[in-house]
Amino acid sequence: MSYFRAENLSLHFGGLKAVDAVSFAVEKGEILSIIGPNGAGKSSIFNLISRIYPPTSGKIFFEDQDITQQPAYDIARLGIARTFQNIELFENATVLSNLLVGRHRHSTTQLWQELLFLPSVRAGEKAHRRRVEQVIEFLDLEPYRDKLISGLPYGVRKVIELARALCSEPKLILLDEPSSGLNVEETDDMSFWIRDMKSELGITVLMVEHDMTLVNRVSDRVIALNYGRVLAMGSPSEVQHHPDVVAAYLGA
Amino acid sequence: MRFLFKTDYEDDIRLFPHSGYVYSYGLLLAVLLIAPYVLSSYLMSQLVFVCIYATVGVGLLILTGFTGQASLGHAAFLAIGAYTAAYLQQFNVPFPVYFLAAGLLTGVVGALVGFPALRLQGIYLVIATISFAFIVEEIMARWESVTNGNEGMRVKTMQLFGTTVSRDGPTFYYLCLAVLVLTIVGTLNLLRSPTGRAFVAIRDSETAARSMGINVALYKVKSFAISAGITGFAGVLFAHKLSFISPEMFTLQLSIEFIIVILIGGTFSLHGAVLGAIFLVMIDPFLTYLKDDMPGVIAGAAATLGAGAERAGHIQDAVAAFASANGLKGAIYGVIIVVFVLFEPLGLYGRWLKIKLFFQLFPLYKRATFKRQKIYVKSERNR
Repeated sequence: MSYFRAENLSLHFGGLKAVDAVSFAVEKGEILSIIGPNGAGKSSIFNLISRIYPPTSGKIFFEDQDITQQPAYDIARLGIARTFQNIELFENATVLSNLLVGRHRHSTTQLWQELLFLPSVRAGEKAHRRRVEQVIEFLDLEPYRDKLISGLPYGVRKVIELARALCSEPKLILLDEPSSGLNVEETDDMSFWIRDMKSELGITVLMVEHDMTLVNRVSDRVIALNYGRVLAMGSPSEVQHHPDVVAAYLGA
Repeated sequence: MRFLFKTDYEDDIRLFPHSGYVYSYGLLLAVLLIAPYVLSSYLMSQLVFVCIYATVGVGLLILTGFTGQASLGHAAFLAIGAYTAAYLQQFNVPFPVYFLAAGLLTGVVGALVGFPALRLQGIYLVIATISFAFIVEEIMARWESVTNGNEGMRVKTMQLFGTTVSRDGPTFYYLCLAVLVLTIVGTLNLLRSPTGRAFVAIRDSETAARSMGINVALYKVKSFAISAGITGFAGVLFAHKLSFISPEMFTLQLSIEFIIVILIGGTFSLHGAVLGAIFLVMIDPFLTYLKDDMPGVIAGAAATLGAGAERAGHIQDAVAAFASANGLKGAIYGVIIVVFVLFEPLGLYGRWLKIKLFFQLFPLYKRATFKRQKIYVKSERNR
């Protein structure tokens, strides 16, 4: 059985088939990239997995558990974290509290304990803080800890979003265009981090990406989509030279 | 300028980041504790109202400032707290019991209001909370067997552990102050733990909050319940302070006053609730001044500037008519809100921070530090 599996996943808006009977599987510990022209349904697949949209039909399995009907907030608890294409950070909070929100799925304290800030809450906060600090070190975010998000440049925000996802200690991470808006150096950093996430933290990565250099550098396998359908699946070079993919990008 | 060197995770958790906070808040507390022995009874009475309004302000801040859910129905929560106290008092229930009962009941009602509010956002939520407040107002007027209808209810003098606590005495003031301080400390505790961060997360991006594992619906209901509960506690004190409650006290105007408290004070920090409460309580004496002294002052000024006695008399009458016009208070509230939203969106506490920074950085302060940024790229958001 595959680690993560989507079966005949469809998302229709009226007559528009944003995602049309897409099936794929992600193996544990691999980096799988989804590529495709704009409007191919890549982000929609992510939104289906993280339950922002309910699928029209089809099923999603994670660790052999059907998660198609799980409420959205349970997806993170199962160990699936994500980033967003158009950064969705908590703008008016500090970097640190953004990252600590990532720890939410691990918090065990009750409301009344928090009102009194009992020792258990304090200990929990310190433990969360320690984990957050490890992520900060991993992604070189030390200069920004106490800064407000609203004052930070785009590139840094992108990394903070990745950090927030990592703080939840996910088993599977969904990266929606991790390099969009980044310059060449930042994209380089990103590719190292994605590889490190796989090798050092043992996280399985599912990624939507347009930058083919990044895709080639990090992906184990690639899926190409167009008009909500799978065009090709396989190693990066196989997919890139697949006639249907070339046609989709360049026009037949 | 002070630089904080953090050596322990505790440094990010503690409520007082450095000794300066301990001294200044300690001094403030000392001043507040000796206040009853120094200030006149009129000022003490005003101070009690500041405490009550600030408590409501903190409650409203949790909901509006930190969870991002607007409410124009907090007068109704205050009313539920006040009426619960007045009702239970009839059966000789002791103060601590009906105080807690009022808070709990209001909290439960707040949670019930929170459920239908889950699907509403922005202006629609405001409308929903206004309608809730009207429903409560109507219930208070009609449910005569419990609330005594439009006749109102008398609130007996508080009995606390066998002693009588006069609403004008220092004990009552200390009680209000204690409730305010405990509310603030509890709220600060909440804000530095997972629940508080979840509130802020919901305010800034519900989608992201959800994808981080936050049960948005549950936390919104929690926020409503806590906010309402705190307002309910304040309602008990409010009832005792006024010693008489009737439905026409808990109108939309009162809800707007609470919004003014947090809007003028600043919606991003608990300081705002206290500063806003002080500001609001000062409006009434200002209006009284406008009514009683202003016409004479202006007429006197006109007379010295060469207007005849008759003209001065006319001016005095005109000013007096203006100052006692119906709805002047509402108009002034409106002007205040508009002026603050336009020119001081961070409120009085924001202004205080700017002044503080000015002196900390002197002479290097840049006006642009707090300039509102224009956001050119407005990303589409998943809702």
